Amino acid sequence: MAANTRPALFWHLRIALLETRFQFLSSLRLPAFAIPTLLFPVFFYLFFAVVFQSGGPSLAAPTYMLATYGVFGVLGPSIFGFGVGLAQERDTGALLLKRTTPMPAGAFLFARVATAAIFGAVVIGALFLLAGFAAGVELHRSQWFSLAGIILAAVLPFSAIGLAIGAWAKQQAAVAVVNLVFIGMSLISGLWVPIDMLPNVMQDIAIVFPAFHLGQLTLKVIDLDLGRPIWFHLVLLGGQTAVCLVAAALGFRRFSGR
Amino acid sequence: MDPTPPAAASETGPPLASLSGVSHRYGDVLALDRLDLEVRKGEVLAVLGPNGAGKTTAVSLLLGTLTLQSGAARVFGSVPDAAEVRRRRGAMLQVSGVPETLTVAEHLALFRAYYAAPLPTARLLEMAGLQELRDRRFGKLSGGQKQRVMFALALAGDPELVFLDEPTAGLDLDGRRRLWDEIRGIKAAGRTAVLTTHYLEEADALADRIVVIHRGRLIAAGSPEEIKSRTAGRVVRCVTSIGLETVRAFPETASAETRGQHFEIVTGAPEALLRRMFQLDSGLSDLTVVGVGLEEAFLALTGDGADPEGGA
Repeated sequence: MAANTRPALFWHLRIALLETRFQFLSSLRLPAFAIPTLLFPVFFYLFFAVVFQSGGPSLAAPTYMLATYGVFGVLGPSIFGFGVGLAQERDTGALLLKRTTPMPAGAFLFARVATAAIFGAVVIGALFLLAGFAAGVELHRSQWFSLAGIILAAVLPFSAIGLAIGAWAKQQAAVAVVNLVFIGMSLISGLWVPIDMLPNVMQDIAIVFPAFHLGQLTLKVIDLDLGRPIWFHLVLLGGQTAVCLVAAALGFRRFSGR
Repeated sequence: MDPTPPAAASETGPPLASLSGVSHRYGDVLALDRLDLEVRKGEVLAVLGPNGAGKTTAVSLLLGTLTLQSGAARVFGSVPDAAEVRRRRGAMLQVSGVPETLTVAEHLALFRAYYAAPLPTARLLEMAGLQELRDRRFGKLSGGQKQRVMFALALAGDPELVFLDEPTAGLDLDGRRRLWDEIRGIKAAGRTAVLTTHYLEEADALADRIVVIHRGRLIAAGSPEEIKSRTAGRVVRCVTSIGLETVRAFPETASAETRGQHFEIVTGAPEALLRRMFQLDSGLSDLTVVGVGLEEAFLALTGDGADPEGGA
């Protein structure tokens, strides 16, 4: 234990990468996970932003949807991977078994965040290609990079939501709760339909959802947001993520006190 | 505790793992009641008891997956969830499995990576009889095959101490025998193993030493022969008009149960018992006398075989 730290660091890194590899493979082989998370956002974008808008008067809609469907694209893998996947591993006992091994808990969490990020990156890539080549969206290079960065960073707050659900809900319930959050939060936060087209009440409610703030941050890149300052979104997003992490910690404590 | 046979004194230095005066509650239910348990180097120890006896609770405390409430738990001289302990210990839990979309070989690769000096994959596959199944996904395996994977995962790190919590639960006879053969290999390799089971037959077949737990308390400890000899005797089975309490009060009766309209009486002196019974009930009928089976011996030890599922 008091050994030199370099091998320990390598060991942690190696396990984190191996966990990620198998977590990714396992998710990819699960059609119920891979198909909706990869295809939903891409098909939605193809349908609403490319097919529906082709020959339309403005590029505002396809650009707007690129920002919001990108956020939607990482929401799926993040909350399904953590919410359903973790509840499942807890219910089957796989998580308990791993707790008896020397596996570092950090590697386990890293693997799930990284897997969500890989799936998210694939979705972003597909959306960017569709946007650039099929929908004719034109942005500065810095805007493309900003969009990609914000969307990828969204994996963290969304994973925190999934972690909280996975820590509390049983497997079957987790599927229902995650779907509700996935669809409900996306809709109310303006990821599918521009938020200023929604009733005012819903715009007020949206403030409690991380997806709303991430949507606003990506929209700010292309100047189509509602105009609130960046710090406003960041502070609320940070607070909401902290609440989710505390809820997750409480859930896991209850589980080990069994 | 009282049931301390002469052999219980420490034979080869300090125990590898121990519980001392451990009590554990789930709400109002007392699952363990001042339990003492020692695991000695090189032995296969069977923790035997009916469902709900507290076996899994005891193992969970030694694995550190459950928080200790009172008493002391030590493994390799440390607390059970110390990093050092995890590296030297393996476990097969009562769990339904690992992710179904990964193959046997992939699961083994992952678990092997957790340890500094894991067993080679080929050796693990061989020890668990999984050579032909290495590329099969976990979800496509039968119940017995899944248990063998969990067994291989428990051995991945070449552990000195292995915990097997009801390893054959839910397996058919054939699957159980196969896993037994593989568990015997653990001892042959010089490892120490703790096995929980509610089959006396299994404990008898695999263990060097058996401790019997019932309602969270240690009620017997000794070699399989000692445990069996404590209940050596016969089972008298018959239909009689004598009351159960009367039969239980006979000095010859070790234990007595009703099975349908039959009485089943475990006794060390069947002749004397039957003389007494025929005096009270000359109409006694449908009589058989057989050697005590392992399950009867176990029921006699726990003292309330009529209620194996009940209690805490």
